[in-house]
Amino acid sequence: MILSVASGKGGTGKTLVATNLSLALSSKTRVQLLDCDVEEPNDNLFLRLPISYSQFVYIPIPSIDEAKCTYCGKCSEVCAYNAIAVLPQKVLVFPELCHGCGACSYLCPEEAIVEEGKPVGVVEKGKRDNLELVQGLLNVGETMAPPVIRAVKKYVDVGREVIIDVSPGTSCPVVEAIEGSDFCLLVTEPTPFGLNDLALAVEVVRKMDIPCGVVINRAGMEEGETERYCREQGLPILLRIPLDREIAALYSRGIPLVEGMLQWREVFYELFEKISAMVDGGRNSGDGIKEEHQE
Amino acid sequence: MKEIVILSGKGGTGKTSVVASFASLTRDAVMVDCDVDAADLHLVLNPQVEEENEFWSGEVAYIDSEKCNECGLCQELCRFDAIKNFKVDPVSCEGCGFCAHICPLGAVDMRQTMAGHWFVSRSKYGTLVHAKLGIAQENSGKLVSVVRQHARTIAGKENAKYIISDGPPGIGCPVISSLSGAEAALVVTEPTLSGIHDLERVLDVCRHFGIPSAVCVNKYDLNDENTQRIQDYCSDQGVAFAGKIPFDNIVIEALIHKLPVVEYSPECTVSREIERVWQFITE
Ligand code: SF4
Ligand code: SF4
Repeated sequence: MILSVASGKGGTGKTLVATNLSLALSSKTRVQLLDCDVEEPNDNLFLRLPISYSQFVYIPIPSIDEAKCTYCGKCSEVCAYNAIAVLPQKVLVFPELCHGCGACSYLCPEEAIVEEGKPVGVVEKGKRDNLELVQGLLNVGETMAPPVIRAVKKYVDVGREVIIDVSPGTSCPVVEAIEGSDFCLLVTEPTPFGLNDLALAVEVVRKMDIPCGVVINRAGMEEGETERYCREQGLPILLRIPLDREIAALYSRGIPLVEGMLQWREVFYELFEKISAMVDGGRNSGDGIKEEHQE
Repeated sequence: MKEIVILSGKGGTGKTSVVASFASLTRDAVMVDCDVDAADLHLVLNPQVEEENEFWSGEVAYIDSEKCNECGLCQELCRFDAIKNFKVDPVSCEGCGFCAHICPLGAVDMRQTMAGHWFVSRSKYGTLVHAKLGIAQENSGKLVSVVRQHARTIAGKENAKYIISDGPPGIGCPVISSLSGAEAALVVTEPTLSGIHDLERVLDVCRHFGIPSAVCVNKYDLNDENTQRIQDYCSDQGVAFAGKIPFDNIVIEALIHKLPVVEYSPECTVSREIERVWQFITE
């Protein structure tokens, strides 16, 4: 099963859930955790796996052979991102705008463009016992998160239970990370911000037709609004993690809950079993899936 | 006019609560919510929307099945795997237009997409410019530029002293868009390992773009040791340390009452510390 862990809002405890779920599960079966929050990958601060493999992620950007170039302007005309400007005697490439689509090199009538790899991030891998981690790290100052996320997801090992830590928000990196999951766990907190952003995240996963359920973190305060929303939307609340100083203190020191408070091991394992049962049981009515269109 | 961007790297450090308090303290600012992915500031400022605008951006390819003879060229050349069975998946499509340029039958059209909305609203603290990016849209960076630009225009007209900008989480495209050309950045972090890790990354971005930055630690008493580490790190790096705010449930209470904490409970330590941070960064 591929299970993604997302949250509309950052800092709700997505990393907490993804890492503890992975650790709890890895005591019973083989697990792979993909940290697709490539702007701020934090899972390994808790797992502390030794990194044994590391590979750059490149995007291909054009390089102009001025000896062949006739300054016809075709490349600049086809580039949708204004990443190339053709002057009378010079072609300028702006690598930070280039998406690496390949249009310019393919369409240059003089074959004056070759592509060069520009590193935008790295993918790293680490392993201990049953647990494998693959994490992506976007280079500082770089804007293109999706290629790094795609590079991480190339390592999906379907022979394992796969857990994906998704970046916060609702935009394209989030969709890129969730794509292909069997289930999406949405982590929220019972505040007006948490609820607002949960609703946005629900819109995303619904649009992608992926069944989902909710984890309420820092539970214990006024939960009424969040509960009402979940009930109205038919979203199952699968786990509550209380607002607790001991939990917050463990977290601040980078100690996983399942190691600092052993009783949580079973709780996270049960969470996984619950989700497996929901996925195996097919698309039950509680997950808010639309009827499939018959052609 | 001075534009101050409040960032956090990691989400959930309490950045928006701090921004809302700043708005309440100065009353001489235009607020802009650059977290277009998950805008929250309006939940505390309770503004009245006065102007709603569509945000059109980017294009998505569309294949006319009448014209297409399924030669497969576009599918083979698309680097984003956005074309399957001669249909374009609008989510994967990056709008580069390569397919439209090479289709021998001219069966591919590029269509503009409406990628969200942006708003100009009035609150009792001043004008707020905010946005809502459509679901699964790209170009959040562009939308950030749009809201910032309008905030600048409005601040100019209103002769506001500050633009206070609630920045997006992370270090990617929208963060870079919200930073470029700003006068100062304040990073609100928390004393957790992930908070520290992300703080270092986001300070790197600020440095990369030459934006003077300061740091404040929220919920500092959750882990005094880590707070000390952050202070040491800042003095090592020559980054200004703007202050530390204690952990207190009053912040969430204020949130539930939809009020900036400095207004909900002006006398509490949290409020007084936030006030001190504001003085620090505006001096
Ligand atoms: S399309 Fe080729 S020949 Fe024309 S300006 Fe660009 S690089 Fe030069
Ligand atoms: S590869 Fe695509 S995005 Fe990059 S410069 Fe060429 S046409 Fe523009």
